[in-house]
Parts: sequence; C-alpha cells; structure tokens
Amino acid sequence: MPKKTVPIIFIFLTFFYLGLFLLLPLAAIFAEAFRKGFEVYVNSFKDEYAWSAIKLTLLTAGIAVPLNVVFGVAAAWCITKFEFRGKNVLITLIDLPFAISPIVAGLIFVLIFGQQTAFGAWLLSHNIKIIFAVPGLVLATIFVTFPFVVRELIPLMQEQGKTEEEAAVSLGAGGWDIFWRVTLPNIKWGLLYGVILCNARAMGEFGAVSVVSGHIRGETNTIPLYIQTVYDGYSAGSSAFAMATLLASLALVTLVVKSIIEWKVKHRER
Amino acid sequence: MRKQRHHRVLPGFGLTFGFTAVYISLLVLLPLSLLVLRTTSLSWSEFIKIVTAPQVVASYKLTLGASFLAAVINAVFGFIVAWSLVRYKFPCRRFIDAIVDLPFAMPTAVSGIALTAVCAPNGWVGSVASSFGVKIAYTQLGVLVALIFIGLPFVVRTLQPTLEDIDKEVEEAAESLGATRFQIFTRIILPSVLPSLATGFTLAFARAIGEYGSVVFISGNISYRTEITPLLIVAKLEAFDYAGATAVSVVLLCASFILMLIINSLQFYGRRFK
Repeated sequence: MPKKTVPIIFIFLTFFYLGLFLLLPLAAIFAEAFRKGFEVYVNSFKDEYAWSAIKLTLLTAGIAVPLNVVFGVAAAWCITKFEFRGKNVLITLIDLPFAISPIVAGLIFVLIFGQQTAFGAWLLSHNIKIIFAVPGLVLATIFVTFPFVVRELIPLMQEQGKTEEEAAVSLGAGGWDIFWRVTLPNIKWGLLYGVILCNARAMGEFGAVSVVSGHIRGETNTIPLYIQTVYDGYSAGSSAFAMATLLASLALVTLVVKSIIEWKVKHRER
Repeated sequence: MRKQRHHRVLPGFGLTFGFTAVYISLLVLLPLSLLVLRTTSLSWSEFIKIVTAPQVVASYKLTLGASFLAAVINAVFGFIVAWSLVRYKFPCRRFIDAIVDLPFAMPTAVSGIALTAVCAPNGWVGSVASSFGVKIAYTQLGVLVALIFIGLPFVVRTLQPTLEDIDKEVEEAAESLGATRFQIFTRIILPSVLPSLATGFTLAFARAIGEYGSVVFISGNISYRTEITPLLIVAKLEAFDYAGATAVSVVLLCASFILMLIINSLQFYGRRFK
C-alpha cells in the first residue's frame, strides 16, 4: 500500500461521515423551510402562536441565563480559589444535569409542583401555577443549562491560578475590585463562550421543557415545542421547518463564535 | 495524617460557597431526593412489576442496544475524524473541525425533524435506501441514526487533545526499527489513546440513553418496537401514571449514575497514566 493511501481514505471517510450525519440534516432544514417558496417562509412567522412562542423563548432564556451566569461565576470562584472538603462531590453535583435524561429532569419538577401533590394543590389554591405555566418552564430550563457556564470557567480559572488575585489582595484591593479588575478580564472569553452555549441550550431545550409545559398554544409553547406542535399537525410542515431555521441559525452562530474565541485564545498565547 | 489548616488569602469563600450550595441544593439535591422518595410509596413488588413489564423491558433493550451500537459506530468513525483533523492538512479542515460540535449546539427537536426529513421515504437518504428496500425513518434503524447524530462529537472531542499529545518521534523510531504500520497502530497509538477512546465512548453512550428530542420524531414511537425508555416515561406521564413514570425514571437514573461513575474513573485512570 503506498504511503499516501491511508490519509486519503481517512480524509474521505471524515468528509463522508460528517457530510452524511451533519451537513445533510442541516441542509434539509433550510430546504424544507423554503420548499414552498420565500413567501410561505415569511408567512410562517406571521402566525400569532409563532410570535408568542418566540417571545416566551426569549423570556425563559432571559431569566435562566443570567441566573446561571451568576451561579456559574460564584461556583467557579469557590471551586478554583479555595480548598475545602467535599469539593469533588460539589463538582459531581454540578455535572449531574449532563448525565440525567432531560425527561427525568422535567419529571422531578412535576413531582414537586404538580397538582397531584399536596404542595402543588396548596400552591394552586393560592393561585400559583408552576407546572403547565411559565415558572415551570423557567425552572426546567435553569436545571438543564446550569452546568454550561461553570464547566467553561473551572478549567480556565484553574489554569490561571490565583497568584494575580493574591497579589491584588496584598496591594489592598477588596473582593469586588479583584473580581472586576483582575479576574473578569482574564476569564471574559471563556465566560462569553459559556454564556453563548448556555443560551443556545436554554432556547433550544426540548425534553425537560416538554414535560412541564402542557403544550398550551400561545401560553406555554416555546419555539421547540411550537415546532413539535406544528410538525405533528402536518397541515403546515414547512412552517415547522421555518421556525427550525431560527434555532439552526442560532446554533450556527454559536459555532462561529466558538471558533472565533478559540482562535483568539490560541493567538494571544503566542 | 497531619491536619492542615490553610489561611484563606482571597475573600469571598463564604459568599460563593453559600450561594453555590443553596442553588445546588434547591435545584438538584431536593428534587432528586424527592424523586427517589416518591418511589418508596410503591412497595418493592409493585416497583419490580412496573419496571419489568414487557413493554418497559422492550424499551430498555432498544435504548441500551441502539445506544451501544451508536457509541461503537461513533468510536470507530470518531477516531477516524479526530485522527484526520489532528494529523492531516486538507481543504476545509477548520470548517470540519468547527462543524463537529453541531449536535451540541443544535436543539434536539430541530435535529429530530431534520433527520426525519432526510431519512423519510421521500427524503434525500430515505429515497435511496428505500430503493434498496431499506426503511430508516419510523424503524429501529431511525432510532440508531438519531443516536449516532447526538453522540458524534463526544469521541472526536475527547480524542483530539490526546492525539495532539502523542509524540510523533516514537512512531518514527518504531518505523526505523522495522515496525509495520499495523504494529505501530496496535502497540503505540492504541494503548495511548485507549483511556480517552473509552471516555468518549461512555460519554456518547450515556448521552444516548437519556436522549429524547432527536429520537421522538424519527422513531415513530411504536410500542414494543421503536419506543425508547424516555418516551415511555412521557407516555406514562401523559396517562397521569405518576407512580409508573417515577419508577421507570429511577431505573433510567441509576443507569446514568453508573455510567457517570465509569466516566469519572476512566478520566482518573487517564490522568494517572499520562
């Protein structure tokens, strides 16, 4: 076998595999969305339920992502700047949502707040609805997306160590000063990437959200749930794909930003 | 053992630890313990009866079997992709490298309808397959396709750093001593990437077991045939069978925990022998 054969086979297989499993489905979304022409595509967004789904998705992500950013920074600071007992347990707990099926994640909130429980019935008698309502969607979204920011920050902050912060302390800086002036500038790219990943997942989460949502059109349908409702209805399959192009574009933007940040970090090191 | 007491130089331990602990307890510990607690309202024999019902067992077999097969296929092709990205220069390499993460970034429901569109009998791949008499969408093969898609990045991303670390000189030395390419692969490359390969495989496997969104659309959800375990839980919930849904969830949760333990020990093993 000549020396060049193996690389050619490997590169061919790489293109074949990724083309078949990644590029073809990606292209299919856009092809299906525009199948009936541009006008039908645009009209898909004029549906009032489509609009309320977009607004609800923005609202859910708008609450979940900032909360998880605050948590992510606090948890990463705590884990990387201090030594304490039970640190590994804490890290394992932070990883849990990655390991748990999104369906189970949704179910745990139904079991706490659902109407079939005493607590849920009590809440309902006080006119507080959590399951089949927006608070449930937000809770489920927070649960499945909270590891993203911490997971990005921990390796980064571990690598940077704490000497710079300690120097700042010895020069008399306070805690918040250290965070804003020393730590944040060092971690900003990692943090940004974590936020973007967290946001992409928050806007696209399907399994956990579908368990707690109840699929009420115009009220508890986020974009992914709206896509399912329309898709299963068959009447306007192309408008399901039209909405899907929004989320697919968000995914592509996420990948582009990731590449840019990786490139930036790599070139700053040199 | 001497007890060491560190004086904490940096501020903020109390604040950050307190906030983290409260957040995690309210969001993870409390709900999960409630889930387990809820199953104790069932007697042991009731629990066993629910989780070993024929329909449930059929769903385990499909979920485990398809997830395992998908992880095997991803391990083989993931190695090929990672190797090509690390060792060879070719056009669009940067693009290919970036696109590998697509299944991470893409919402699962979108992946689900996209894969269904490609694999349906009138789709791009489905129409070719059906001319050979093979049905992909709405069969177990469709479930496999979806699980391959969502597990694809794991092996590539865990292998890449390890492959970058391998010293090429060792291979060159082996070659100069007369080793064949097969020997170099089995004696040098494979042993050094094995821990990462196993980690990537298990990560892909674990992810596939819990997957829901990308599978529901392509599987067709036929009981006993294409119904995966997460979908069965949803079906039980929709029938207001909370006890049943909880019992099956606990089984699924146990499977996830076991896999997580395996992943952690693999990573520990990988670090120790670096």
